[in-house]
Amino acid sequence: MKALCWQGVNELSVEQVPDPAILNAQDAIVKVTASTTCGSDLHLLGGYIPAMRAGDVIGHEFIGEIVDVGPEVSRHRPGDRVVVCSIIGCGRCWACRHDEWSLCENSNPNPGVTDLMWGGTTAGIFGYSHAMGGFRGSHAEYIRVPFVDYNAFTVPEGVSDLDALFASDAAPTGWMGAELGGVRPGDVVAVWGCGAVGQMAARAAMLLGAERVVAIDRYPERLAMTARHVGCEVIDYTSTDVTAELRERTGGRGPDVCVEAVGMEADSTGIQRVYDGVKQQLRLEQDRPIAVREAIHACRKGGSVFVLGVFAGFVDKFPLGALMNKGLTLRGAQQHGQRYIPKLLDRIAKGDLKTSYLATHTMTLDEGPKGYDMFKHKKDGCVRAVFRPWA
Amino acid sequence: MKRLVAGAAALAVAGLGMARWAAARARVPAAAKDPLESSRWMGVTVNRPPDEVAPAGHLPEPLARVDAEVRMNRAPGDRGTEIYARPREHRAGADGVLARLRGEDPRTEIRTALRETKSLLETGDVLRSDEEIATTRPTLPGKVLDMALGRASEGGRL
Repeated sequence: MKALCWQGVNELSVEQVPDPAILNAQDAIVKVTASTTCGSDLHLLGGYIPAMRAGDVIGHEFIGEIVDVGPEVSRHRPGDRVVVCSIIGCGRCWACRHDEWSLCENSNPNPGVTDLMWGGTTAGIFGYSHAMGGFRGSHAEYIRVPFVDYNAFTVPEGVSDLDALFASDAAPTGWMGAELGGVRPGDVVAVWGCGAVGQMAARAAMLLGAERVVAIDRYPERLAMTARHVGCEVIDYTSTDVTAELRERTGGRGPDVCVEAVGMEADSTGIQRVYDGVKQQLRLEQDRPIAVREAIHACRKGGSVFVLGVFAGFVDKFPLGALMNKGLTLRGAQQHGQRYIPKLLDRIAKGDLKTSYLATHTMTLDEGPKGYDMFKHKKDGCVRAVFRPWA
Repeated sequence: MKRLVAGAAALAVAGLGMARWAAARARVPAAAKDPLESSRWMGVTVNRPPDEVAPAGHLPEPLARVDAEVRMNRAPGDRGTEIYARPREHRAGADGVLARLRGEDPRTEIRTALRETKSLLETGDVLRSDEEIATTRPTLPGKVLDMALGRASEGGRL
């Protein structure tokens, strides 16, 4: 079958690879009908996640049709149109039973890697390096879905592929940031990053009752898209002092909840960008935590900061003093998608949550390398490139 | 040439990254210099009550296969059962290091058995990786990664 493969740093190609197979009795094979780029893929592409092999199939946010199931699959059958969570959960360990699916204890066949990196084993993720289990990604014609009864969700009639697609990752990730960040009615919420996840976090904050939501980015088209589709306030950090602006908009307090949706390759206009860029290139720190630092400084005393952006290792100049003395709560996680996907599909079906507008560019799988180039460099206003393997 | 440069960059990323993680671990005295390492119990918590973990005192299959001391108790709260195991014979010092290098460390086999026991009891299966039907091709950075990942399925916190 055809698949988009990582070949090395900043190098992708479409290749013929062996078809996936049912390896466990609770597996299914899904024919991928749409699969989208995600900002976290750029960390793989840039070589910041050091557990990729040449030929690995990437992609983790997808929708498709079940074409084959293992003998112990009970909730799905061939023909089901499903959205699949990017995080693989077993559904029965303590973490999954407590809705902390990205901490699943049975879905990563390479537990030694994340244990060495982070002191604990995390869940498997599709197409996200051998550290996360070595599972193939979704930028392919077919994909194997382990524990499919727990990880695939039937798409309601009337919900389009492009709407349901983002219920795989961007929408539940954003929702989690707002919900576990502790957004309550009347709150002021700031979201760093107007990519798909940031926009979903901003929308979630509004749906959870926030009185004001402010989203921050540097790209005019993304700021405009957020203002138009999410309906929140926006700040362009290239022309505005974000912390001062947030104080001015909140009576001097700062936001109650700050959601960071940027990750390890954050940009800025100041000296921090140079400092962190040099340190990251020399591998003296793995991640550039520029947005996290700003969120901690901007947050009101006693407020909450949620880290949604992907980070891999160590960072420098972390403002622990501000965190401690301001009495902040800092939290983060890979998405616990299975906790949110059914509710989000309902909201999408009712029209509360719109997502398909995020698919700014729809392409064939053969155009994968071009799609990632556009996505990485934000060409032509690309927010998400969506690949249709069977188009 | 482009591929060679990219390969070298990936190698540097992998090597330096791994080196930093290893260095970070080495700075933790308890992890690096634990005098009881070879005799410590390895524990795993299974989200099942004790009577389902060892009905009538019979150990689950993966644990029954290995030569190990085994004990278990109910976990605090609603967390199920704590299962502990360790080799009957403790190889300390240079003997233990050599056994690990030869791939004959009994603790590795027990660790794998504990992990498989947990997965079988909780899910009825042990998840296999797509790596079994590889899409990858051999490269120099890949070989470095292979060395690092070679034992990854046996490791991890229990």
